[in-house]
Amino acid sequence: MSPAPLLALRQVVKNYGGVRALRGVNFDLQAGEVHALLGENGAGKSTLIKVITGAHQPNGGTLTLAGQRVANLTPSSARALGIACIYQQPALFPDLTVTENLALRLEATSASSRIDWPARRARAEQLLARLGAEISPDAEVRSLSMPEQQLVEIACALGAGARIVIMDEPTASLTQKEQHLLFAVVRDLRKNGVGVIYISHRLEEIFALADRVTVLRDGQSVGTHAVGDIDEAGLIRLMVGREVAQIYPAAESAPGHAVTLSLRAVGCRASGVHNVSFEVRSGEIFGLGGLVGAGRTELARILFGLTPADSGEITLHGQRLTLRSPQAAVAHGIAYVPEDRRRHGVVLELPIAHNLTMAIHRRFFPTTWLRFGAERALALDFIRDLAVKCAGPDAPGGSLSGGNQQKVSLARWLATEPKLLILDEPTQGVDVGAKSEIHKIIRRLAKEGLAVILISSDLPEVIGMSDRIGVMGGGTLRAILPGGSAPHDVMAAALGTTERGAA
Amino acid sequence: MKRSFRELSVLGALAAVLVGMAIFAPAFFSPQPLLSLLTREAPTLVVACGMACVIITRQIDISVGSMFSVCSVCAGLLAARGWPLLLVLPASVALGALLGAVNGLLVAGLRLPSIVVTLATMVTLRQGLNLVRQGEFVNLPDRIQWFGLSQMAGQLVLVGASVAFLVALALAMRHVAGGRFVYAVGTDAEAARLAGIRPQRVTFLVFVFIGALTGLAAMMNLAQSPQVQPLSGAGLELKVIAAVVVGGVAISGGRGNLWGAFAGLLLLACVSPALIHLHIEAYWEKAIQGAIILLAVVADGLRTRKLNR
Repeated sequence: MSPAPLLALRQVVKNYGGVRALRGVNFDLQAGEVHALLGENGAGKSTLIKVITGAHQPNGGTLTLAGQRVANLTPSSARALGIACIYQQPALFPDLTVTENLALRLEATSASSRIDWPARRARAEQLLARLGAEISPDAEVRSLSMPEQQLVEIACALGAGARIVIMDEPTASLTQKEQHLLFAVVRDLRKNGVGVIYISHRLEEIFALADRVTVLRDGQSVGTHAVGDIDEAGLIRLMVGREVAQIYPAAESAPGHAVTLSLRAVGCRASGVHNVSFEVRSGEIFGLGGLVGAGRTELARILFGLTPADSGEITLHGQRLTLRSPQAAVAHGIAYVPEDRRRHGVVLELPIAHNLTMAIHRRFFPTTWLRFGAERALALDFIRDLAVKCAGPDAPGGSLSGGNQQKVSLARWLATEPKLLILDEPTQGVDVGAKSEIHKIIRRLAKEGLAVILISSDLPEVIGMSDRIGVMGGGTLRAILPGGSAPHDVMAAALGTTERGAA
Repeated sequence: MKRSFRELSVLGALAAVLVGMAIFAPAFFSPQPLLSLLTREAPTLVVACGMACVIITRQIDISVGSMFSVCSVCAGLLAARGWPLLLVLPASVALGALLGAVNGLLVAGLRLPSIVVTLATMVTLRQGLNLVRQGEFVNLPDRIQWFGLSQMAGQLVLVGASVAFLVALALAMRHVAGGRFVYAVGTDAEAARLAGIRPQRVTFLVFVFIGALTGLAAMMNLAQSPQVQPLSGAGLELKVIAAVVVGGVAISGGRGNLWGAFAGLLLLACVSPALIHLHIEAYWEKAIQGAIILLAVVADGLRTRKLNR
């Protein structure tokens, strides 16, 4: 590799008030390199990005761009120097076309200047072609899928002549197929001498894509390794700073024999789910694996009465159910912890205690007269029981970290004393420490006799946590595999024989 | 303490105005004019209670003025026909609830934006009333005025009842499960739905509620005059929304309470008599009220900016 890196950070320090977000980060990026950045939530990744993109000024350390020391970087000067950042949620104008979006980013026109439409369109076409994207320049951004929008963002970066592209969890909302497309684009960028800083929680992506990986922990860089020189266990060790003996807690008890939930040929035309049959026993963790868009969340929504089934039969403890509303599902002892806790799980403005009793008003406050003392006691119980780190039951949900919000969301549903607990991506975006705590909680709940359906896109999690794994694809159940199956088998079932060639 | 800072600051402003009046125009505090002022504001207070609930649910109802006019005229006609007060009062409340239910059905049932729905019903009701009544006044029988009591007793009943209602509702918003549903739906309707609350039902009921309260307020207004003007409710919606917003209820839903709305209403209501007592031209009234609203909104804006930082 060349001696003068594209970007070099030395001992970068950033304080927010009294909080030391970065306390000495060393990082460098070569041209034509994909350099992954890894760390638990709160390790300082986002702060580091903000420093590199000029959004925040560091309090100490140096930043060198292609051998030139840069001080007082601002967002516009960072852009001018060829630094571009692609965020998880593309920041495009949904009602404008691709061409217009690109033009807004790339042209510094005054309001009165004439617009050269043909040139604009030609440039858009050329940039998209360079990415191999089959997107019409005249398409409204609203009509594009998430990965297509990301491609438009990347086209913006290319059009601006970016030499350094930062990608912040770009695959979080992509399907497997879309991920492969994105990977191809990243490899192409690398071939053209662009330096890519790639941030992801998914270790397998890092191994598939990156040349080197730098691990951040508590605001410090704790190691940079070529991906060939380190394995998953080694990376996790660096991230958490201690040996994780066993990532997934072992099952402490065998599932019971009593069948809690039984589905027979369940389908719902509106959400594309059809012919799903399986049983979940008490004390069993039934994993639902598959690719994004396989119909797993849709199935959960059927079981929770959000999109009622229009065919098949659902029985709970031998009793046949028609689930037409969440209220009916709750009344029958079904609990659903939704994915995307920030939007649908915890109400961020409300105190933890209110969040906890939200689903049990009818039972907990039988006269509808609120009992604050009892509510507080319940909240304290759950805070202790699930080890929620918070200032107290009155702290607003928004003051918690992601993992602790997830625990509150979980506690709300445990408070309903359910028979069946459906968890939808319970550890998405949660740091490694909280993740393993949540895993332990799930295990304990199963041991206490709860039937658990665990939906997860994290393949090792589904395999490591489940007693049995139902693999979904195309809106139906493709296979049921035993827990601990080889990842390859699960993936093969998820892709199915017909789709294997396409993917 | 920290959470109710916004409400306390409105209360502080109100206290400052009252202290100022005590020093510069002690006549402001003579009992009879003060009681009259509070009596005039009593119907507004009742509607403001409903409006606070609507805005906390992240909706708005700008048709209250027109509903108020319709209820007033209908109640007046019924009274003129010789219906006893004990029947006219529930009839007016029921009519208001019915009109509110129309708004509620359109907003919650068809999921239309409430500002458009209530704008449409506001214009429809107002123009419909004009068409039918041609601006005619309704003369009320004497027994309606002050509910057949002496003026003093009637005023005390109106003020006492409205304040008692406010206190009861404010307590209910905090201590009854339904109140918390209103806040939950206003902050995050989808999260509330996933927690087993029916957001559309809560929204519908809130509109029925404000309609019923408007019908009640119309009766409280009827008792104060010998005649019903056909446009007695004109401008009520602005007055009520202003009071609620000044009182710290966030237009973005989920935040604020009735105590603040009460303080906001009193603050705005004090402007006009204060000007009279200080011998300042009455033209200033609207300008000063506008400035107070602007100040409240700016304070909220600065506060959210600080929270988001």
